[in-house]
Parts: sequence; structure tokens; C-alpha cells
Amino acid sequence: MALLPDLPKGGFVFENFQRNEFLKAKGFRAPKATKTGTTIVGCLVKDGVILGADTRATSGSVIADKYSDKIHYMAKNIYCCGAGTAADTLYVTRMVSSNLELHRLNTNRVVPVICALRMLKQHLFRYQGYVSAALVLAGVDEDGAHLYSVTPHGSSDKLPFTTMGSGSLAAMAVFETRWKPNMTIEEGKKLVRDSVAAGIFNDLGSGNNIDMCIITRDGVDYMRPYEEANLKGQRLNSYVFDKGATPILTVHTIPLEVEEVMVRHMDETMDTSA
Amino acid sequence: MSIMNYNGGVVIAMKGKDCVAIATDTRLGVRSLTLTTDFPKVFQMGPTLFLGLPGLATDTMTVYQRLRFRLNMYELRENKRVRPQVFTSMVSNLLYERRFGPYFVEPVVAGLDKDGTPYIASMDLIGSYQEPEDICVAGTCSEQAYGMAEALWEKDMDADKLFEAISQSLMNACDRDAISGQGAIVHIVEKNKITTKTLKMRMD
Amino acid sequence: MQRSLNNSETLSGIIQKPQFSPYTDNGGTVIAVGGKGFVIIGCDSRLSSGYTINTRFQPKLFKLTPQTVLGSAGCWCDVLTFVRLIEARLKMYSYEHNKTMSTPATAQLVSIMLYYKRFFPYYVSNLVAGLDEEGNGVVYSYDPVGHCEQSTYCATGSSSAFIQPLLDNYVGKKNIANAEKGKLLTQEEALRVVNDAFVSATERNMYCGDSIILNIITEKGIEERVIPLRKD
Repeated sequence: MALLPDLPKGGFVFENFQRNEFLKAKGFRAPKATKTGTTIVGCLVKDGVILGADTRATSGSVIADKYSDKIHYMAKNIYCCGAGTAADTLYVTRMVSSNLELHRLNTNRVVPVICALRMLKQHLFRYQGYVSAALVLAGVDEDGAHLYSVTPHGSSDKLPFTTMGSGSLAAMAVFETRWKPNMTIEEGKKLVRDSVAAGIFNDLGSGNNIDMCIITRDGVDYMRPYEEANLKGQRLNSYVFDKGATPILTVHTIPLEVEEVMVRHMDETMDTSA
Repeated sequence: MSIMNYNGGVVIAMKGKDCVAIATDTRLGVRSLTLTTDFPKVFQMGPTLFLGLPGLATDTMTVYQRLRFRLNMYELRENKRVRPQVFTSMVSNLLYERRFGPYFVEPVVAGLDKDGTPYIASMDLIGSYQEPEDICVAGTCSEQAYGMAEALWEKDMDADKLFEAISQSLMNACDRDAISGQGAIVHIVEKNKITTKTLKMRMD
Repeated sequence: MQRSLNNSETLSGIIQKPQFSPYTDNGGTVIAVGGKGFVIIGCDSRLSSGYTINTRFQPKLFKLTPQTVLGSAGCWCDVLTFVRLIEARLKMYSYEHNKTMSTPATAQLVSIMLYYKRFFPYYVSNLVAGLDEEGNGVVYSYDPVGHCEQSTYCATGSSSAFIQPLLDNYVGKKNIANAEKGKLLTQEEALRVVNDAFVSATERNMYCGDSIILNIITEKGIEERVIPLRKD
């Protein structure tokens, strides 16, 4: 077994670390990972909490993803916006999400939002800020609606409204002028939309669509997209080429033929009682 | 200089109507010195599944071998072919495991699902992936390839049009990058056949 | 806090070296496509620094003579200074010789003025578009220290990498089997490809956007057009 590359055991692998440090010492810059750039916002309203996000992911000045999903599922009653290194926001929320589900199955009750917060904080604090995820966590539990922001180093705030990411200042400006306590959901939607739009139009790291997620005691309304902030420009030409426009050296075709079809019906549903 | 630009190379994938295409250049170099013109960065991982691994060549090969192992284990354990979405997860997990000592590759996945639905995905070197509806681009001339593909791609192209679009994108992008090119291979995956074409392009 | 110098510490380890970074990149892209009897030069109108937009409408095209336009992007303060100086030089020329400078001569002047600052260069990407002696479109592209190249189409600035291959393909007919090489575009075709190049670049580059400003140069004069782009 030692000769075979093992299957993952869990946890980070550092086998390339020394090589990569050596390359760095030789003057090779470490390549850039995809960043979310991002404007993410959260806002408490009378009967719940609203999350908003843009959908642009960048690597350097290039837009790597135009429709990236930044509002991550944590539990049925909890969602979380992520800003920072795209992979970190994805995996930290995904990992905590599975642990929350296990927690729910063990305790047999709705998981409190504070529980998700503590799991996120402890993970981020353990990695001293190197797992660079800035989060806006929101959810509804037995005690009502909650909104938290979490920094990459693992500190957190409990707030009535919050923004994160490179567009956070533009978005916060909108909140600071227009936020008031006990807004209705409709008022909240308008405010969240406008603050994300402020990030999209005034911050180059944010752009494309606006996603929104409204969490109330009655359930979750996840709108993706809530609004297309601006329309794609129109091309005037068509650049479809005629067949044979590209010079070819060789062609090799592998036909994929179905030789046999076997259908097995699974009538019984999986036993999940234990 | 970034280590991603040490060997050079580019991969593009595009979605069409009931088909996908994935294209790669064939250069392998050390900075500006070309070592071989027979180093494609795209590998077949299943009957209708392809994986492109542009980046540092040593990691291209290592990641390919590790994924091949994981894929074989999956197929033996589950007794079924891997779905493209599942395979993307597999690649992403492998890369994020090495978050603090990454492999220097930017994978691109292209394939047809069991029911023939086209699927493409790309990710950065630590496994943050995206599954777009149009194009995926990675490699040293990704900016050039983005510009080309963004202009040439249209919705619902058939296999022939898709081939022209992806080939023109790749060739013209490579011609504006000193460390990509020197030959190209394009795979077009349809429900009933896979067509592999090598392109005639500038070799300087 | 005070520290005394002891022998094991070098001077440079304690005393901060003065840092001077006189350049900033304000983005911007310029494209020019020439043809028979016309040349089109276009720029985007976004002026940015870092992640912020300074202004959404800053034309980067400068009319030097009635048939020559300079497109300039990069460090905006250098652009302004460079354009002011070149306008002065053109004025002096017109007073001395009692005529406006031709496009090839203007192109040469731009090159000389860039090379004059060889060891403290202007941080600018320049493109000169105009009409030659026969009244046909010519484009001159430059590097920051004055290397000059004549062509019929070119893209420069922050999105040049996205646009140049498209122009090679569509205008230069590169990599197309049996294409009529050397055939020039009509004015309408050129306008469309410039528009599409900006639309594509805006999709993928955050420094490109807001609007396109076009100058269409013909014997009759210079026509200006503005086309909106996405603003995020």
C-alpha cells in the first residue's frame, strides 16, 4: 500500500509545500488564486434577515466567473455569504454545512445560528487568517433572526446590518444613510438591492448580477438572480465560420456505440431509519 | 515571473448544442526554449469525459496520475462510470487538500453527462470551480483566449460550428503568446462519437 | 523608541530607503482599424485606479490635426503632459511652415518625443491613426519609449491582449484557410468589429467599460460617435 498514493484521510496536505517554497526562493511568484472580489451584504428586518451578493469572481484584473454563487447553503434555516479567496469561502462553508447537518441529526432540533458561527470562527481562528474567508452569516432559529459578520482571522460581530468584500464601503454607505430599525421585508429588499448595486457599479471587483436570499420563520426565498444589474453589450457581427475555415492536419473519429442496455429497477427506497 | 508561465500552454473548452469541445496546444518548453511540440495537456478520463491540465508540466503529469488513480478506485468501488459533475468535485477536492502547497495547474473539465447534457467546468489552482454555460479558458494566453472565445462563441452551435469557433479561438490566441502553440489538438464530444482533430497552425 | 547603531547592524537595515513610485495605471484601451479612404480609432471611456472608477466618461482620443488622432492610455497624468507637449510642437510646426503636419510626420514626432524621455519614460500606450498621402487609413503603434510600427489595425492599453487576437483573425484574416489576404475592411465592417471587440473585452476585463468613443477619420473630417457599454 505504501507504493500507492493513498486516498485522502482528511485535513490539509503539505507534501508540495517545501517544493513551492523553494520555487518562491528561486524568484517564481506564487500564482494568483481566484478571488471573489465581491460585495456581500446582510440586513436584519422585522420578520427575518436578508442576504445580498454580486456574482463576479476575479483573478487579477480578469473576470474569471460572471455568475459565481456567493450565497452558500449552510442549513435549511441558515445561509452564508462569502468574500475573499473563492476556494476558501466555498470549502469552509461546505465543511461547516456538513457538520451542522450531523449536529442536527444528533440533537434532533433546529440548529441555532450561533452554532454555525462558532464552527466557522473556530476553523478560521485555527488557521490564523491564512484561510482567507470573510463571511456574512444569517439565519433564523428558535430565538429569532440573527446576522453576524466573520473576519478571516476568526473574530465576529453581531450586527443589524453589515457588508464585506472589496465593495463593502460602497455598500455600507447606502446602509448608513438609509437603514432604519424594523423595516418590512419589501423595504429591506429594496435597501439590500441598492447597496449591492452600489458595490457593483462603484467597485471594479464586483459586478454582473444581484443575488438575494430572504430567510424568515416561514422559510427561505433564494432569488438567483434577483436582478441583472446591467445587460450584456450587443455584438453587431456574427463570427460563425463556414465549415472548413480552419486548416486541419488529421482527423480521428471514435464512434460510441451502445452494445447492450441493462436496466435494473430499484423498488425499495434506501433504509435511513438507523 | 510566475511558475504558471514556466512551461507554457493553454486549454479552452466550449459548450455547443448536444456537444462539447475541448482544445489544447501541444508545446512544452522551459521559459522561451521549446523542448517538444508533442505535449498535449488534455486527457481522456471516460468515454465522453475529458480533462485539461495547463500549468506547470510536472504537476500536469502528477495531477493526471493521481486523478487517474482516484477515478479507477471510484469506478471499481461504485461499479459505474463517473459523472462529469462528480469528477469536477474529485479534482476540486484533490486541489483544495493542498491549499497551502498547491499543484500549479488550472484544470478544465469537459464532457457529456449520461443523458447527453453538455458539461464544462474550470477551476483555479486551489479548487474553486465554476460551471459556466458558455466557455472555459485556462493557461498562459488565457486573456487572449478569453477575448477570442467571448467574441466567437454563440448559443446552440452544432458540432461543426463549435469546432471552427474553438479552433479559431485557440490558434489566434496562441499566435499572440510566445510560449503557447506549436500545434493544437481539438476533441469534439458528441453523443455517438468523439472526433479528434489536429490543427495546422504556425509553428514559430 | 530609540535604537543605537551597533556594528552588527548595517545602515540599510535600519534606515528606510526613500521610495519613489511616480507611475500609476489608470487603465484604458484604444483600438484603431484602417481601410480604403478611412480610419477608425476608438477608446473606452473609463478612467480607473485600483478597484475604483475615477470617472465614467474620459475621452482618450486627441485630435492632433484635421486628419490625425492620437489615442493614449496608461498613466493619465503622463497622457495629459505628453498630449500638451505634442500639441505645442504641432502648433510651432504650423506657425513655422504655414501648414498642418501630415500623419506620417506626426507619427515620427510622437516616436521622437517618447524616446526623448528614454530613461524616465512616459507610462503611456499610444496609437496614432490618420490618413496617408493617398488618403487611406494608417495606424501607428508605439511602446512607451518610442518604438514605432505602422499597420492597418492595432489594439493597445489594458485590454489589448483580449482584442488583438480578434483583430488578427477578423481584420488580418489570420489562420483562415483560403481567405483573401490583404483585403481591407469597409467602413461599416470596421465599425462593427471595433464595437464587438470592446463588447467582448468589457465582459472579461474590469478596467474596460462605461462607453466607447469612436472617431471616424475621412477626407471630409472627423466624425465622433459614442456607444454605451456595461457599467459594472
